[in-house]
Amino acid sequence: MAAITFLEAIKQAMFEEMAADPTVVLIGEDVGVYGGAFKTSEGLLEKFGWERVIDTPISESAIIGAACGMSYLGLRPIAEMQFIDFILCAFNQITNFVAKGHYLWNAPAPMVIRGPSGGGVHGGPFHSANPEMYFVHTPGLKVVYPSTPYDAKGLLKASIRDNNPVLFFEHKFLYRRIKEEIPAGDYTVPLGKAVVRREGKHLTILSYAAMMHTSLEAAAALAKEGIEAEVIDLRTLLPLDEETILKSVKKTNKCLVVHEDTKTGGIAGEISAVLCEKAFQDLDGPVLRVTSLDTPVPYAPTLEEAFLPNAQKVFAAAKELAKY
Amino acid sequence: MPAIASRRKSKLTPQQYLDLYYYMRLNREVEETMTRLFRQNKIVGGLYSSLGQEAISVGTAYALEKRDWLAPMIRNIGALLVKGVPPRDIFTQHMAKFTSPTKGKDGTSHFGDLENLHIVSPISMLGDLIPVMTGVAIAGRYLGQKIVAMTWIGDGGSSTGVFHEGLNFAAAQRAPFVLILENNQWAYSTPVRRQVRLVNLADRAKAYGITSYIVDGNDVVEVYATAKEAVERARAGEGPILIEAKTFRRSGHAQHDPAEYVPKEQREFWEKRDPIELYEAFLLKEKLLDAKSKKEMEEKLTSLLEKDREFAENSPLPPDEIVQQGVYCTGDDCHKIRAKWERPIAEVMPPKSCVEPVWTVEGFGRGKSPAGKNAPIHFGDVPQEQKAEPQGRSAKKAGKKPVAKSAKKGGR
Repeated sequence: MAAITFLEAIKQAMFEEMAADPTVVLIGEDVGVYGGAFKTSEGLLEKFGWERVIDTPISESAIIGAACGMSYLGLRPIAEMQFIDFILCAFNQITNFVAKGHYLWNAPAPMVIRGPSGGGVHGGPFHSANPEMYFVHTPGLKVVYPSTPYDAKGLLKASIRDNNPVLFFEHKFLYRRIKEEIPAGDYTVPLGKAVVRREGKHLTILSYAAMMHTSLEAAAALAKEGIEAEVIDLRTLLPLDEETILKSVKKTNKCLVVHEDTKTGGIAGEISAVLCEKAFQDLDGPVLRVTSLDTPVPYAPTLEEAFLPNAQKVFAAAKELAKY
Repeated sequence: MPAIASRRKSKLTPQQYLDLYYYMRLNREVEETMTRLFRQNKIVGGLYSSLGQEAISVGTAYALEKRDWLAPMIRNIGALLVKGVPPRDIFTQHMAKFTSPTKGKDGTSHFGDLENLHIVSPISMLGDLIPVMTGVAIAGRYLGQKIVAMTWIGDGGSSTGVFHEGLNFAAAQRAPFVLILENNQWAYSTPVRRQVRLVNLADRAKAYGITSYIVDGNDVVEVYATAKEAVERARAGEGPILIEAKTFRRSGHAQHDPAEYVPKEQREFWEKRDPIELYEAFLLKEKLLDAKSKKEMEEKLTSLLEKDREFAENSPLPPDEIVQQGVYCTGDDCHKIRAKWERPIAEVMPPKSCVEPVWTVEGFGRGKSPAGKNAPIHFGDVPQEQKAEPQGRSAKKAGKKPVAKSAKKGGR
């Protein structure tokens, strides 16, 4: 059992699902001949053929629309956005057409929209986005954002098998930087379930995707100062696993939310409201946020570094919170 | 590819002639009933009319087979009726009743039926159905179902970005897809000449390299015959087809709109060309319809509409406890999603090595295509030997050597 990268985990999930189920198809820009801009679908065309690995014109709305139409005949399309930033080109198609179908006219759309997201790789303002919250605000969608190769594979498989449209964000900073040994054979990770990555008793840090690793780094530093932070990986943002969040916060009585998305309208605000509604009496301090700044993602390495959260910022916020 | 002005007068059976008449009358009378309901304040939201455009909805949908898929727009109630939707569904939808197909969650023609009638629901954003129905067509082909997908768009909706994305992708995929462009000359209050620098909107097809037709949208036989030919060609694998049906929107954008911006002369011209009156005169002249059978049909229509209207009026509004139900599919207990394979799964499973798709452009990747000598060379393919026409400068240009040289350089 060799350790595999985050990217390899995604490729394996698609490969295994396509091999097991002829209704799974892949559609997107340069997913076939080229194997995807990040090579996540390398080899799929050769294995599964043109009918199942469909290169498209540069038409994000058409990709999403066609995938939705395919799902109506019982296929389970995976629609790739070359960079997740381009998902906004198909915003209307996703939020008005795909998301509302089941509620309005009882039409399930079993499809996955996936693509590379996130910053830290100097991609600039149009190749580094974290647009998850536009979609978390859209009833009818599910939003998944994994942080480890094991989860990436298991959650992508679960997303493909889900009867609802699932947005699957792949943090590109993690693609080739982390490796993990994963079990051979088929497994899934259920949608809508967070996981405790590190147990602790003094405060809870909630995070996901690349910031998950930043939070763990900060937690290790905090431990050296005697502060035991419990770190929770949200994994799915919609539906949000309130149970796991509340259980932890009721134990630690303090909560810090860390995400790479910008601050205003980020999931941290939503979590803060949930805690006010459901755990107000349990809180010993304010719910704090460490997030990116409320600006577009800047290009220059110095600016991007200032824009993004990092372990020092998380550490400092956690120390402040621990004082309460 | 130029648009073909359709002059087709195919032979229909007497029953088919009468079917077209019946559905056009049904289309109009369903809408007249709803206009009365609207004036009685019984329609919850807006009411959109297809008055004068019935021949298009009916003639095109009548060209489809039962297995085919359609997605109506707001003015295509006639297409729904042809496909088998009962008038009561249309009444209950407009009245937001619990007995409606969407249980009151949406109105108008915004409903569908994936399982039996193969209808995809529209949304209010124009053009979105074009890529969706392209996806339906591609999936049908993949599953071996030999279906055709059809949807409609207006002159106004043909200026959306998704119209272009969808039709271009359908063309690239050679999808069995037929798009009916109803040019009723008005997008709300904006006339076509202020939207587009084209005389014939069918010319949009040239941009996608697909076949198009122009028909008189008020002549139901011509509409049907053209749609039938288009559906057959699409089913045979010729790729998507665009039909521009020229007509006129005789009501306002919706009931609230008196459409005073429409010139009087234009309205008068089209009111003399009512599709139902024209067709009725034709049927009477050809002795396909007589006074007796007409009266029988009218009685049948009246009793059907009375029954369905009463059903709708007596239906309750939805109870508030359903408001949060159905946002998500909860799994097999909610929907058993199963693709209907009509080709051996063995053709795609277990996975085989790359199979050339049957619908790619001829000569793709081989430096020869319908475009002739100018075809691009794709990713290192060896260009075909030029056999004929060895004379003149052009032959030299297109000759083996220079092409090979440029290929060596890695393309043009």
